[in-house]
Amino acid sequence: MNRNDFPMLNKDLIYFDNAATTFKPQIVIDRINKYYINQSVNINRSDYDLSQELSTEIEKIRTQVKNFIHAEDSKEIIFTSGGTHSLNMVVFGFCASYLKPGDEVLTTETEHASLVLPFFELAETNQIKVNYIDLDKNNEVVLENVKKAITPKTKVIALAHITNVIGDVRPLQEIIEYAHLHNILVIIDGAQSISHLKVDVKQLDVDFYAFSGHKMMGPTGIGILYGKYNLLEQMKPLILGGGVSATFQKEGQYLLKNIPEKFEAGTQNLSGILGLGSAIEYLEKNRDEVYLQKLKKYALSKMKEISQIKIYNEYSKGPIIIFNVNNVFSQDTAIYLSKKKIAIRSGNHCAKLLNNLGLNNTCRLSLYFYNTKEEIDSLIKALNNENILEESL
Amino acid sequence: MNSNLKREIIIENNSHPFHKETKGEEYIKINTRNESCIDNINLFLKIENNLIVDLYFDGEACAISTSVTSIMIKTLIGKTLDEALVISEEFEKMINEQEYNKNILGELNVYDEIYKQPNRKNCAILPFKGLKQIIKKSD
Ligand SMILES: Cc1ncc(COP(=O)(O)O)c(C=O)c1O
Repeated sequence: MNRNDFPMLNKDLIYFDNAATTFKPQIVIDRINKYYINQSVNINRSDYDLSQELSTEIEKIRTQVKNFIHAEDSKEIIFTSGGTHSLNMVVFGFCASYLKPGDEVLTTETEHASLVLPFFELAETNQIKVNYIDLDKNNEVVLENVKKAITPKTKVIALAHITNVIGDVRPLQEIIEYAHLHNILVIIDGAQSISHLKVDVKQLDVDFYAFSGHKMMGPTGIGILYGKYNLLEQMKPLILGGGVSATFQKEGQYLLKNIPEKFEAGTQNLSGILGLGSAIEYLEKNRDEVYLQKLKKYALSKMKEISQIKIYNEYSKGPIIIFNVNNVFSQDTAIYLSKKKIAIRSGNHCAKLLNNLGLNNTCRLSLYFYNTKEEIDSLIKALNNENILEESL
Repeated sequence: MNSNLKREIIIENNSHPFHKETKGEEYIKINTRNESCIDNINLFLKIENNLIVDLYFDGEACAISTSVTSIMIKTLIGKTLDEALVISEEFEKMINEQEYNKNILGELNVYDEIYKQPNRKNCAILPFKGLKQIIKKSD
């Protein structure tokens, strides 16, 4: 990936917090600007050319997203405000009526708050139960343990494709196949995987797949929910407003439009959608997972040479390394590194159930395609210091 | 006080914090977690006749939060609730670069340069936020 494409990389900062959000290449920024400078109108409501052209372009991006994740039909692609919004739509718009009291949802203790909290709420209001799949010794999910956790009441399995702390890649193909044999639907949080795996929702046969634009070099405030056509037809919109109804009358009856329109009430994040289109184009051309894996291996091998560093997820396949420096609280390490102009994240990374696994406070290094070996060397040099705590103060 | 000495006091209170021990039912308890994503400190307080007769803490937090809690506890045992609140207010003023009364802060003055690190300010104030909560709860 050409570092010159990213204005943020000109800053005096080594950025290793890519699981939180990624930098944007110039073409994404330009596309957003182009909307505001040259195309700043609304869509779908007007007859003039500019609006018509923009509507066409937005629908083209829906098709581009469809192709990007290999969906069957572009109607299965819903624009949302982000991964969190997408997951909330599935839980409250679909699961709320699909799940009956006593039904069970299976998840794990390494999921993000955006996946777990909506289900906790549903557990309260709909008397469903949230159960956990046992993790193996590396805190990863294996099919055997999924099988063990399934009961006759299990109706939904909800997992991240790649988790944002352990960084493990879940064996989705086999989990989904097994789940479907038992009439269990599978909801996948793709926030961390969308940059790194070639997602094929048709081949996976996944029921719902959610992700954010900003973690794949796109703008903030735009995300995608993919759902199978027949499931989306059953899903209810969480918000109503302009653009979702075909007709309504003063007595209060209204007829919703078809999917995806019925889920996209109000004026959409048009510049965000356009920016997402450019991000997909850039990602597909430039992603180099082989390079990234090499870089991660290099970082791991160098970090393992430092005796005061403990690594917690050595065997995970994602571009994430979680670690601590002996006797230094994660936040102190992060503040020390910040003084060296190195950005990492510390804490529990919004996955608070990790407390149960003894992983509540860690430093997280998350790599992206534009990171370099030289940047890793700077990190290693900084971590090779016995006075990290003192120098953090 | 020079910076090295300040740093030494902070490190010492981080690695060997004062009154770090979990206490039971006989203490009033609060947790600071709702104020911060990471720091997770429990305070345990015992009051008699408006006097702080005992104060302990446990939990996990960064070096600044931990050491502030340690020094705060040393400073406050034996003080009245009103005195404690005044100290808390003066400490917050110091952290926020406002005029403050240096004389009543004692060892807490080692944090008088924290304002130079904005990402540390919240960590420093957190234990005192907890203190205010626990005093409220004792009402
Ligand atoms: C695994 C995972 N799921 C969901 C989210 C939520 O994404 P967003 O904040 O973009 O809605 C994140 C972002 O941190 C994440 O890492």
